[in-house]
Amino acid sequence: MNAIEVHNVSKMYRLGSVSTGTISHDLNRWWHKLRGKEDPYSQIAESNARESKGSSEYVWSLRDINFSVNQGEILGIIGRNGAGKSTLLKILSRVTGPTTGNIKMRGRVASLLEVGTGFHPELTGRENVFLNGAILGMTKNEIKRKFDEIVDFSGVERYIDTPVKRYSSGMYVRLAFGVAAHLEPEILIIDEVLAVGDAEFQKKCLGKMKEVRDKEGRTVLFVSHNMAAVKSLCSKAILLERGKLAFEGSTDNAISRYLNGEADTTNRRAFKNQGLENIFLLNEISVNKEGCSPEEILSEESIIELNTNIDILDASPERYHITFHIYNEMGEALFSFSNNEKAPLKRGNNQLKVKFPAGFFQSGSYFLSFFFVQDKKVAHFIEKDIISFTVVDTERPMGVYLGKEPGSIRPRFEWVNS
Amino acid sequence: MDSTHITEIKPEKPLFHLGLRDVWRYRDLVMLMVRRDFVATYKQTVLGPIWFFIQPLFTTLIFTFLFAKMGKLSTDGLPPILFYLCGITFWNYFSSCLKINSTTFIMNQGVFGKVYFPRLVIPISVTISNLVKLGIQFILFLVIYMYFIIQGNTVQITGYIVYLPLNIILLGLMGLALGILFSSLTTKYRDLTYLLDFGVQLLMYATIIFPVSAFPENFKWMAKFNPIMPLIETTKLGLLGLGTFDLTSYLSSIAFTVICLLVGIISFNKTEQNFMDVV
Repeated sequence: MNAIEVHNVSKMYRLGSVSTGTISHDLNRWWHKLRGKEDPYSQIAESNARESKGSSEYVWSLRDINFSVNQGEILGIIGRNGAGKSTLLKILSRVTGPTTGNIKMRGRVASLLEVGTGFHPELTGRENVFLNGAILGMTKNEIKRKFDEIVDFSGVERYIDTPVKRYSSGMYVRLAFGVAAHLEPEILIIDEVLAVGDAEFQKKCLGKMKEVRDKEGRTVLFVSHNMAAVKSLCSKAILLERGKLAFEGSTDNAISRYLNGEADTTNRRAFKNQGLENIFLLNEISVNKEGCSPEEILSEESIIELNTNIDILDASPERYHITFHIYNEMGEALFSFSNNEKAPLKRGNNQLKVKFPAGFFQSGSYFLSFFFVQDKKVAHFIEKDIISFTVVDTERPMGVYLGKEPGSIRPRFEWVNS
Repeated sequence: MDSTHITEIKPEKPLFHLGLRDVWRYRDLVMLMVRRDFVATYKQTVLGPIWFFIQPLFTTLIFTFLFAKMGKLSTDGLPPILFYLCGITFWNYFSSCLKINSTTFIMNQGVFGKVYFPRLVIPISVTISNLVKLGIQFILFLVIYMYFIIQGNTVQITGYIVYLPLNIILLGLMGLALGILFSSLTTKYRDLTYLLDFGVQLLMYATIIFPVSAFPENFKWMAKFNPIMPLIETTKLGLLGLGTFDLTSYLSSIAFTVICLLVGIISFNKTEQNFMDVV
């Protein structure tokens, strides 16, 4: 029996902000509806391609999605950032409605788009367990029955009557996940909540999910960037690309298709007239796997190259150098790096290349800012987020830790044991 | 809640689907939210729940000074403090239900964006926690009431006091109804929040500062169009023995509340499905 059936689901978004123009659109739409006509803006909406600037204010974030999930199955949902995963999850968890299509779900549904939704910092752990449990759809009696188990699972017994604002972030997450893990819905929808918490705890959570799978009749939808976790948990997967269902089938095939797919086109950027008059001209910046084109996926195990094509027009190029700052998804600066005396800038065309060793970056997205510096003190030209790239994790053997190590980078230092 | 429970998600819900059964299933959440409101509001304050008393007391003193002493406005011969405190206590119930509920979607977007539960749970719990607040403030009113009686003032309870529970229910429901009606609109057009604040302020002066008897003859009809007026007037009549009772206006207040409630719930339910895309 199908636990979930999704028919022709599409979602249209209006870009830009709400302002005076919105009223006229609303009225126009209302007028069409009154006469039984189709939404006038659905026809001009465009498919969701972030890189190209479209002409329409309306975009389809999801377009004609069809799939079904059997009872007792764990379905992985994978795809790049912006492919529509979150939108699909939001529609399935009823946070927002579809523009067209319909979905049928059999059984009680619980969704975990984040852990600890509704946690109030002033309330104690105990009070929050009840509140959070009720928000997720449990009754007071159910929570009471499982309370001891939840506290036990999260290991914060000592602090259970302390306001959660005094908790460490780890304790907070564990308690929140404890509540979530003890939900007993027939259908569970999980976003990448495993990305938080320490290693031991992640293991516990993955174990809990396996337990959920093995118990009779539970259906789970699991969205993640963590291919290793998807691979070990899901029997079936769907791949979303630009709001469309690109693949539905076995997890292995979905993952390999995802890994071999086109990388974000932002991995290469060509510039025109970008620079400072009579000083320099920036032509192109690209990020790629060693010896491959920028279209190819960057994995944790690839050697990653950053190429800068720049023309120096000034007569004394030795006065200048370039610097990059690198930021992670959270906008935190990781480090900066500059071209050094081994690769000085020269007059005319320069093709600078810097290599990051394999395994240096952990999976995630990275953003680079570009600085053109004069005499090691004046930054003449600054462009934030000039280019970005995404690193994905490769598969890991079964039984190995599947979560992310802390931090964004994992440099391999020289170890000595004498 | 078994596996025969079927959830259907469609672009449009049926217009007259009020979803009250869903709300009933989440009744535990309603009560937990009420509890949260109380615990969270006064944690880490020195005076704690005493703040419940301070606000109406000071407002009363200011009104007494401004309107009764300086403006020499009529209070129907009642001690101004009692007159204003009675009005403020009950008015506050209505106005806080209205104001807080009118921002339901904006204030709760964090939770609403992450998990589904019937959104009506929030305004209902707000209305209940304000009812508890009214209960506490009513105790303050009773204390001051006793003081004035001991002082030998001629305030008397009349038979209209039997309307008091109904008045309270209607005030709460009207605040809830108008609140959720506005919340569906403020979600997209924030301008309305300012307009609403302003309107509530004006309505307050028209309702609790000037008794109907103080309205100039030409403007008495205006009082008739104020749906809260009959409720406040009946309350004053019951508790303080002065005021007017007009069955027609009272019934139209009830009708107004019921209609607003229906329209409010329908538009609220319509908004809840897609509001995340517009906030």
